[in-house]
Amino acid sequence: MKLSRRNLLITSSAGMAAMAMGSLPAFASLTDDEIAKVTGGAELGEGAITLDAPEIAENGNTVPIGVSAPGAVSIVLFADGNPVPNVATFKFGPLSASRTASTRIRLARTQNVIAIAEMEDGSFQKASANIKVTIGGCGG
Amino acid sequence: MASGVKPRVKVPKTASAGETIEIKTLISHTMESGQRKDSDGNVIPRSIINRFTAEFNGQNVIDVTLEPAISTNPYFQFEAIVPETGEFKFIWYDDDGSVYEETKAISVS
Repeated sequence: MKLSRRNLLITSSAGMAAMAMGSLPAFASLTDDEIAKVTGGAELGEGAITLDAPEIAENGNTVPIGVSAPGAVSIVLFADGNPVPNVATFKFGPLSASRTASTRIRLARTQNVIAIAEMEDGSFQKASANIKVTIGGCGG
Repeated sequence: MASGVKPRVKVPKTASAGETIEIKTLISHTMESGQRKDSDGNVIPRSIINRFTAEFNGQNVIDVTLEPAISTNPYFQFEAIVPETGEFKFIWYDDDGSVYEETKAISVS
């Protein structure tokens, strides 16, 4: 397992170098596509949702993340530097008190975590945070 | 996989009617992401818990869709309203079809 991790490190850092030479990281647009799938291209408001995340995460394998959006029906989490940007979807039921949830997520490298909340009136709210990952899935 | 999966849930035993309580849940699970490779270079197949739900007396509290980016031993913390005495039911759905359940009773004074 140790060995395979190392191999992964080498191949992924090579991939990142190749990406840096190109104009835009491929992952970012992938995340935008996934967000558009959730919102249907609707305008994203800001302010009614808070994303609680550390500025620096020493271990990318378990990064504590908290989201809160009073009046939200659901909250979707994305990480734009992961191989798959989708992280989790929280749907709140009638007995959910504050539309708050915390969990722990994996981050492959330093990147933005984005939370999109769908409110009861059908509008969308966005919050994002940049998290610096010291030891990530590929040593970022 | 489905070996050594153990759910753990923390719910207060008592509350007053309509009170907001905090719930913490954790389930031991490797959450194999499907991105890793073994020493021979073969991809280790994905094996994660893909859904988690919590309900109280049949009414939904939270319904979470999990992706491989959720850490090993998925942990969730959230808040619920308790209108009456009853039972919380927590269900985790595994990729392999297994379903893990845990219930916690709470009495409202």
